[in-house]
Amino acid sequence: MKGSIPLVVMAAVLLALATLPYYVPYFYIFVATEVLIMGLLAGSYNLIFGYTGMLSFGHAAFFGFGAYITAMLLMHFEVPLLWAMIASMAGALVLAAIIGFFCVRLDEVYFAMLTLAFGMMVFAVALQWRSLTNGSDGISGFPLPEFGLGIDLTLADPMVYYYMVLVIVVLASAVLYLITRSPFGLMLKAISENPERVAFCGVNERRHRLIAFIIAGTFAGLSGALFAPFNRVANPDMVHWTQSAEPVLMTILGGAGYFMGPYFGAAVFVLLETWITSYTDQWMLFLGIVLALMVLFFRRGLLGTVLDRVMGR
Amino acid sequence: MLSVEDIHTFYGESHALQGVSLEIGEGEVVCLLGRNGAGKSTTLKSIVGLTPPARGRVRFEQREIQRMATYRISRLGIALVPEDRRIFAGLTVKENLEVADQAGRGAGKRWTIEGVLEAYPMLAELRDQDGATLSGGQQQMLAIVRALMTEPRLLLMDEPNEGLAPVIVQQIGELLDELAQTTTILFSDQSVPFALKHATRAYILEKGQVAWSGSTREMRDDPSIQERYLSVA
Repeated sequence: MKGSIPLVVMAAVLLALATLPYYVPYFYIFVATEVLIMGLLAGSYNLIFGYTGMLSFGHAAFFGFGAYITAMLLMHFEVPLLWAMIASMAGALVLAAIIGFFCVRLDEVYFAMLTLAFGMMVFAVALQWRSLTNGSDGISGFPLPEFGLGIDLTLADPMVYYYMVLVIVVLASAVLYLITRSPFGLMLKAISENPERVAFCGVNERRHRLIAFIIAGTFAGLSGALFAPFNRVANPDMVHWTQSAEPVLMTILGGAGYFMGPYFGAAVFVLLETWITSYTDQWMLFLGIVLALMVLFFRRGLLGTVLDRVMGR
Repeated sequence: MLSVEDIHTFYGESHALQGVSLEIGEGEVVCLLGRNGAGKSTTLKSIVGLTPPARGRVRFEQREIQRMATYRISRLGIALVPEDRRIFAGLTVKENLEVADQAGRGAGKRWTIEGVLEAYPMLAELRDQDGATLSGGQQQMLAIVRALMTEPRLLLMDEPNEGLAPVIVQQIGELLDELAQTTTILFSDQSVPFALKHATRAYILEKGQVAWSGSTREMRDDPSIQERYLSVA
């Protein structure tokens, strides 16, 4: 019985998301789109953070790289969005393989520092290579083409874009979910508990960590590819280390222990940001207070704490 | 089968092993004895590459393994049952076994998860419980069986009886005797009676060096050996 609670919750959330544009103000379609995209970013991040125990501070590198690839492809080649998204995923995959190759050699704080360092390098390239990236202005003013595969979508319509994002995020998240439930996901869980113990069970833990890092980076690239057309710009802010902090904060906010935790955290994060910034510019101060309280009193995150109660853990 | 030749292992500044040499033949059951901090755990960890020796050689079936990654050593057929918490506490009993199972060598497997659960019904009853909820004895049993899943030809056990009740120690001893029929075993222990009962040969470590080695029969017949090296004076 208890095992079915998350399923029921999931179904209710999906139904609510699918009907959302019919009962919320127009403005909230934008908010919901951002929640979904950031949810995918945080959800991909949790594969390495919550499931494998690697605290990365460089996840925005893949998000931003994906955004730049899609923005450039739309700008210069006007390719259908689907192909741009696939290219973003492929690009992020390669970048994650390169960065991951070095980072998974290290543990804990050294791993975190190295991911931060690589993230800053990617940021520096985005900022400095003006001829390619247009510097701090970023790439904007690109057209929104067709979706691809002959599917006729008016992507410039926010409602259409919302539904497209919803479908893609749900599909991508389903893939991530299946990965966490697979034998490979079990290995990640074991690694997060004790990498040494996994090694003397005959498992190449470094390779497992690298594969997890690459998968997470690839899906972060996809979320970037969704974000650039939504935001109508790809700029260096999207690869800055403060952007890398967002999935970390969202995951902690929602709870790393449950698959849906980061998605929930992303929703709370974006909604808080939306509401608080309409009253004050000091949104970071309030976010800081909320996070400090969370870490002090709700270690397992908002969703984690609620579900733990309900499921009697 | 296993030969450890003059290995030196360091923990930062501390020189934990100062030239340890061991020789273990196929089918033997050998015990490492010694006081706390004598280097028993470090010796076992050095063999499997968790704390690789800075100098010296470890040979397993004629292959040098002292520079190999731990997971490769495990795949060659050496399994370690570690001390301390021993298992994956957040995974269920069955998942604990699955982690080791995937690493196995596929063809010609002697142990499957179902087979193991059948052979050890005590674990079968606990299959869906989280490791953290098991008693110390159950955890140790699971740790040993998990090691078997990797199909070892050499089983290393680090203080398998530490902190366990006497009745559980007896069960572990029975399991050890049973495994000894088919597997070469090297275990460390602080308890001389347990070693005398289950091992045929012993090495006594003192301050990171082998202070004495010989058959457990010699040890039994000459109480001065125990007095000299093992009594807590």
